[in-house]
Amino acid sequence: MTRPILEVDALERRFDVSAPWLNRLLEGKPRRTLRAVDGVDFDIQLGQTLALVGESGCGKSTIAKLVTGLHAPSGGAIRFNGDPDKMQMIFQDPYASLNPRWRVGRIIAEPLRTLRPETPEPQVMARVDELLRTVGLAPADAAKFPHEFSGGQRQRISIARALAGEPEFLVCDEPTSALDVSVQAQVLNLMKRLQKEMGLTYLFISHDLSVVRHMADVIAVMYLGRVVEIQPTADLFARPLHPYTRMLLDTIPDLEAPKRDRAPMGGEVPSPVSPPPGCSFHPRCPIALDRCKRERPQREMRVHDRRVACFAAEESADV
Amino acid sequence: MTDPVLDVRGLRVEFPTRRGVLTAVDDISLTIGRGEILGVVGESGAGKSMTGMAILGLLEPPGRIAAGEIRLSGTRIDTLTESEMQKVRGRRIGAIFQDPLTSLNPLFRVGDQLVETIRLHTDLSKSAARARALELMREVGIPAVEERIDNYPHQFSGGMRQRIVIALALCAEPELIIADEPTTALDVSIQAQITALLKRLCRERGTAVMLVTHDMGVIAETADRVAVMYAGRLAELGAVEDVVRRPRHPYTEGLMGSIPSLRKDMDELQMIPGAMPRLNSIPQGCAFNPRCAHAGPRCRRDTPRLETTGAACWLALTGETA
Ligand SMILES: Nc1ncnc2c1ncn2[C@@H]1O[C@H](COP(=O)(O)OP(=O)(O)OP(=O)(O)O)[C@@H](O)[C@H]1O
Ligand SMILES: Nc1ncnc2c1ncn2[C@@H]1O[C@H](COP(=O)(O)OP(=O)(O)O)[C@@H](O)[C@H]1O
Ligand code: SF4
Ligand code: SF4
Ligand SMILES: [Mg+2]
Ligand SMILES: [Mg+2]
Repeated sequence: MTRPILEVDALERRFDVSAPWLNRLLEGKPRRTLRAVDGVDFDIQLGQTLALVGESGCGKSTIAKLVTGLHAPSGGAIRFNGDPDKMQMIFQDPYASLNPRWRVGRIIAEPLRTLRPETPEPQVMARVDELLRTVGLAPADAAKFPHEFSGGQRQRISIARALAGEPEFLVCDEPTSALDVSVQAQVLNLMKRLQKEMGLTYLFISHDLSVVRHMADVIAVMYLGRVVEIQPTADLFARPLHPYTRMLLDTIPDLEAPKRDRAPMGGEVPSPVSPPPGCSFHPRCPIALDRCKRERPQREMRVHDRRVACFAAEESADV
Repeated sequence: MTDPVLDVRGLRVEFPTRRGVLTAVDDISLTIGRGEILGVVGESGAGKSMTGMAILGLLEPPGRIAAGEIRLSGTRIDTLTESEMQKVRGRRIGAIFQDPLTSLNPLFRVGDQLVETIRLHTDLSKSAARARALELMREVGIPAVEERIDNYPHQFSGGMRQRIVIALALCAEPELIIADEPTTALDVSIQAQITALLKRLCRERGTAVMLVTHDMGVIAETADRVAVMYAGRLAELGAVEDVVRRPRHPYTEGLMGSIPSLRKDMDELQMIPGAMPRLNSIPQGCAFNPRCAHAGPRCRRDTPRLETTGAACWLALTGETA
């Protein structure tokens, strides 16, 4: 196999969430650290899509910010084996990420002007026209402001802006979560088409398993700052190994089986400030073993060439 | 035959503006029976919330009900005065909204809010009301209720807060609950807990539920029947299995095809060209006609409507669109 374009190794990011020091002094409270990302490894192959999926607060956006350099790691390493100028990011809220006072043409041209300041103006404008067409908008839209567009159109503008930097690698943090499903379909189809045509690599973040199944080659399931399981998409759905993944798959509404009655997953995700000891999933795990309360399952445990952080999955695979 | 719990006929909601009257909801007719969950689904701006707010009597002026009738267990409620309607709300109709904090006062302990609501609607003594509050909190699945009853809303997680809002809505044992995107802000595992709770309450107490959401998955999982809204009107109404598996309206069909499947591999998702029209530019005839592959001359001329079930579509109704 060729060298991955992105290698993430034992990545950690902690945040200091202590009360202000005066309060700590007066109330005798200790410093508190939140482990948003707690020892995460994964690789992404060139031209592929790796998806991070998990519930709110599990650390997905923090990883996106670490990979794009918006946060510095507290530990571990990120190796990007590509041109660092060719990494771009698409955010969840396409409105907040577009400057409301700039016309769309200027928004899209900006990365281009940064990348190649010497480009003559007519060429910049021609490129903006082309990019607008690529994402299914019209060249005339360059003269409008972001508020004149719908949510889906704004997300297309963000994609056009990202493409203007001639990226090889796109970090997409919940790019369609704010959109209606019919609009989401337009944006996802566009992203897939662009990937095929331009050979893009995606780090794709979503909490929606059906979206992730549609988009990803490989899926990493996260829980409380850790990757609990990582598998190629088809395998993950055919044979989920981690109890949390299995519960997630049982929990998501299935349009192909309407009016299903099922027992929802109990409990809630614990606070990342004081995660449970051992396997942090053990309080909700239906098959927890005794050692799960004390020992942390290691991240490099391999079962049939997949990676899963679970003692029970490992034991059942031994036999 | 007994009256349905909710019976809405020909509902129209209008917003007079400087540039003319906008019709946000038009010609909505639907019923919900005892113990039934009716899902109302559609994309943002389709008029789902306005329908719910009209039934609750909570339309913000200048929004108003311009036509139609709303009956609760046989009695008209759209003609009641605001003070009469206030009594109906809370006592006979409970409301649950997307953000639990809109229903909870951050400055008061949840127990006090429950006790106050219970006493407003019943003649229980203070201690009996507190016992009832504990019972309700237990019923909606709050652990360690004796400890939690004296907590403030911010001390609960989003899912737990939504459970408390449901407990609040249940205080007076309403006949009808209107839940507008009750699980949209929650994680899937918590979302499943809340929909399971709604289903159980509906089954055990016979409460009628109108579940408003943009999420077809939640509807498929929870509702008995589903009403699909498009541009302020009903596009399709029927048993959830039928609508999900065999949609009859081209819009519903497109909507279903645009959702990535959990089982089938799809190279491309189905796309509905264009976007839902704005309120000030709803096309004549069938509002979906500029986006519909089957549109014919009749679709551009006459507005199709559905009586009680089926699709508001000339093709589905008459087999042709000429
Ligand atoms: N700047 C920060 N300071 C303190 N805590 C933070 C900071 N950024 C993130 N966190 C915490 O880190 C954890 C992971 O957050 P992150 O935003 O990565 O989650 P996420 O998986 O993207 O969730 P969502 O699905 O809600 O977007 C959360 O507990 C969050 O509250
Ligand atoms: N105060 C208002 N004035 C004018 N139009 C409004 C007002 N409130 C809502 N609308 C419009 O009514 C339509 C239906 O809104 P709503 O019921 O909230 O949609 P949904 O809940 O289906 O997303 C939308 O087009 C919305 O913009
Ligand atoms: S390690 Fe133990 S507690 Fe954790 S998921 Fe596996 S069996 Fe469950
Ligand atoms: S009435 Fe005509 S335009 Fe409307 S959905 Fe049916 S076929 Fe399409
Ligand atoms: Mg996030
Ligand atoms: Mg709404």
